[in-house]
Amino acid sequence: MNKQDNRMNRRDFLKIVGISTAGTAAALTGCSPKESAETSAQNPVPTGKMTYRNFPPSKDQVSILGYGCMRWPTLPAPEKGGNVIDQEEVNRLIDYAIEHGVNYFDTAPVYVQGWSETSTGIALKRHPREKYFIATKMSNFDLTDFKSSVEMYHDSMKKLQTDYIDYYLLHSLGNTGKRSFQNRFIDNGLLDYLVKEREAGRIRHLGWSFHGSKEEFDKILAYHEQVHWDFIQIQLNYSDWKHASGRNVNADYLYAEISKRNIPMVIMEPLQGGRLSKVPEHIVARLKTRNPENSVASWAFRFAGTPPMVLTVLSGMTYMEHLQDNIRTYSPLVPLTQEEQQFLLDTAELMLKYPTIPCNNCQYCMPCPYGIDIPGVLLHYNKCVNEGNMPQSKLDPNYAEARRTFLIGYDRSVPKLRQASHCIGCEQCNPHCPQYIDIPREMQRIDQYVEKLKQETL
Amino acid sequence: MLQKIRQVIAFLFFCIVTLLFLDFTGTLHAWFGWMAKIQFLPAVLALNVGVVLLLIVLTFVCGRIYCSVICPLGVFQDIVARIGRGKKKLPYTYSKAKNVLRYSVLVVFLALMAGGLTSIAALVAPYSAYGRIANNLFAPVYQWGNNLLAYFAERADSYAFYETEVWLKSLPTFLIALLTFIIIGVLAWRNGRTYCNTICPVGTVLGVISKFSLFRIEIDKEKCRKCNLCARRCKAACIDIPNAAVDHSRCVTCFDCLKQCKHDAIHYRFAYGKKEAAPSQPTSQPKDKGRREVLAGSLLLLASAAKAQAVKKAEIVKLDGGLADIIDKQAPKRQTPITPPGSQSARNMQQHCTACQLCVSVCPNEVLRPSSSLDTFMQPTASYERGYCRPECTKCSEVCPTGAIHLIDKAEKSAIQIGHAVWVKERCIPLTDEQACGNCARHCPTGAILMIPSDPSDPESLKIPAIDTEKCIGCGACENLCPARPLSAIYVEGHEVHRII
Repeated sequence: MNKQDNRMNRRDFLKIVGISTAGTAAALTGCSPKESAETSAQNPVPTGKMTYRNFPPSKDQVSILGYGCMRWPTLPAPEKGGNVIDQEEVNRLIDYAIEHGVNYFDTAPVYVQGWSETSTGIALKRHPREKYFIATKMSNFDLTDFKSSVEMYHDSMKKLQTDYIDYYLLHSLGNTGKRSFQNRFIDNGLLDYLVKEREAGRIRHLGWSFHGSKEEFDKILAYHEQVHWDFIQIQLNYSDWKHASGRNVNADYLYAEISKRNIPMVIMEPLQGGRLSKVPEHIVARLKTRNPENSVASWAFRFAGTPPMVLTVLSGMTYMEHLQDNIRTYSPLVPLTQEEQQFLLDTAELMLKYPTIPCNNCQYCMPCPYGIDIPGVLLHYNKCVNEGNMPQSKLDPNYAEARRTFLIGYDRSVPKLRQASHCIGCEQCNPHCPQYIDIPREMQRIDQYVEKLKQETL
Repeated sequence: MLQKIRQVIAFLFFCIVTLLFLDFTGTLHAWFGWMAKIQFLPAVLALNVGVVLLLIVLTFVCGRIYCSVICPLGVFQDIVARIGRGKKKLPYTYSKAKNVLRYSVLVVFLALMAGGLTSIAALVAPYSAYGRIANNLFAPVYQWGNNLLAYFAERADSYAFYETEVWLKSLPTFLIALLTFIIIGVLAWRNGRTYCNTICPVGTVLGVISKFSLFRIEIDKEKCRKCNLCARRCKAACIDIPNAAVDHSRCVTCFDCLKQCKHDAIHYRFAYGKKEAAPSQPTSQPKDKGRREVLAGSLLLLASAAKAQAVKKAEIVKLDGGLADIIDKQAPKRQTPITPPGSQSARNMQQHCTACQLCVSVCPNEVLRPSSSLDTFMQPTASYERGYCRPECTKCSEVCPTGAIHLIDKAEKSAIQIGHAVWVKERCIPLTDEQACGNCARHCPTGAILMIPSDPSDPESLKIPAIDTEKCIGCGACENLCPARPLSAIYVEGHEVHRII
């Protein structure tokens, strides 16, 4: 079955793009069983059937699938100028996306070690400017003064090779203290400046993305009266709808509050960085039984796209297969019925039994100054949780096998020097985590578990 | 028939002993560890009276069958010789015994052993010489093979194989192994068992016994036509046809000669009472080459560790993703070297260890490596740049055949103090980076590290480690997991005599 999938994929792909050997190699890489999203083999990737959303007074017809530029494929070693992104592959992905109707591209100055805007800009420059919308962000987390922030804003335009930005976001609001909305945008007068930029037409829509507490959310949303937010970006998926992790707010609340004010929403993390496609076996079975033709991921995308106030759903598609699968799901979007929505919410309840750590592999915590591969450790842990390779006692029937799988897999996924045992607990990562994971605590918990496995003292 | 039996058993012994040095997972040792423990010199050093007596009796009854079957270096030479002689059926000739050389090597060997320079003496010891060859030359090939399988296993989502690190543990020891391999290999290729009958101290000792062995090769003078076929097949060069005599002290009882004889004149049989005087032959061939390379090699080790790295630069705007560089750890200068738990004391190690590298081969934590210092040359020493002496592991004590590392269990291990940790204030992260740490304390298996305020007047100040040396066992968890690089802010000093806490 799987094999056939891959073959079909590639054939489609050749037919449509008609590409070089490099392309074939890349498609093959994408076929690695771990990473590729499953695709329905039967139908080819449709062109010209993408669902679009429009919220007057804006005239923008935005594709329901938005391209998240946070997870671009990277090179094994940086190229000459220092760019770590595989530009050729990005060009291919963007060309394919635009050809199939995707027109919203979301990036930020800090993504992919600071290279996302540059690479996205290079790839988009090859298309007429009016064919797509660019979204980027004000990521003034460290230097919050007016001058540095404005510099960052101008820098974004330069890197994206454009003189206007369609959608500009105040990046990741919801923190308190030094990284608060107050400190980053109000006290330094930056918000006033950005509003003026909107009046001048250099920013076409002004909005913000959010990760944080209810109090902060309400406070920032209240600014709507003065500022008029054109859109808001929130984390929404069938798991976070009622069960947001950490200090985050449930998506049903966010959606309801924003809808009341009639503000369109951009959805991020519809798939939780892949966690909603890498699910335990019986969840796969549950979803597949319901609809054997469609991928596990497609459920999550339909859920995120169904609410009517949604402008676009962002997906950080690293591989061509992901892109193709999502285009299928959204060409056109078949909204979920009430019953189907409930089915997914019930699925989310079932998944709560698997105590995964809510890491979406966004890499905001990285690089750890002490060299630890934080997402690598957490992803391995989650994988073992989902696959049932987390023995709780020596008496477990699969103890020996699960132990071996956990330990050998750990060394394979994360080099020894980057494993949890090297976490010193400095907590420099914690403020960066949009999911509010207490990273050092989790590192130490995983380390202790690994020690128990190694010493066989479970 | 006898020859075939000998070949089969010898081959089995050889393969399994070799695998003991190759199997880094340590599974084989539970079953076949005894094969290392019945080696002659290790048994003598371990004061394993039973084994020594058994080997002496075996030699007295059957001749030097030990050299043909049990000794891996002996079988190794046979294999090399077999390849070397190719299609030639009768490549050898008789040569006179070089007794002066043999006995003087033995005397020097015994003198070095008595003087505590076991590791220097062990340069010519057969089992440990083979161990060094297997560990330094064969094991890397085996491990690369394993890693290739692990590579494919990973892609097939199988956990049957896992990757292991291949690294040069000590250049001088590697060079010694290489040199031994070349010298013994060339000698065997050309002349069969030259080494066994001129240098090998075990061969000399057993030769003294086998002179009087009950069963041995005898030539029937009546039947012998002096065709020389047997002598030309004798890899020990010990059949003297003109005198129709066999030098039993050199004969390794390989039985190769038996089927050469067309006249039924040569037999392996009970021959008590009849004794041949081996003609002594003075020689002055200097065979002592290669011993001094030791010094030159040890200097090279120092150069291997240093690696220039860019200084960590604080970025003003933090960008997402990427991995910080990790500088390789360097070994600190330890005033007292660390010997593994079970070795009891530096002196016990020095006196008993033949530097066969079996413990180094099985150490799964990359802690043990051959020493480069002269007095403990090639004997195992512990260092914690690549891993630490993990609480669940007692592998080295399980495999040691010589009594240099005594068998201990996990409970004992956690109570043996092989050293103690020393704190280096200048490198400690809470003081240099002003970051909370305590990774040493978190990983100390005996709870010997307390975290105390760095500013005595401020209990809320960043915590620094304080070591309770009474509780510290010197396992090196703190040193290995210390974030300070390249030199750790906490490291272990060895103890000359291990203590029980």
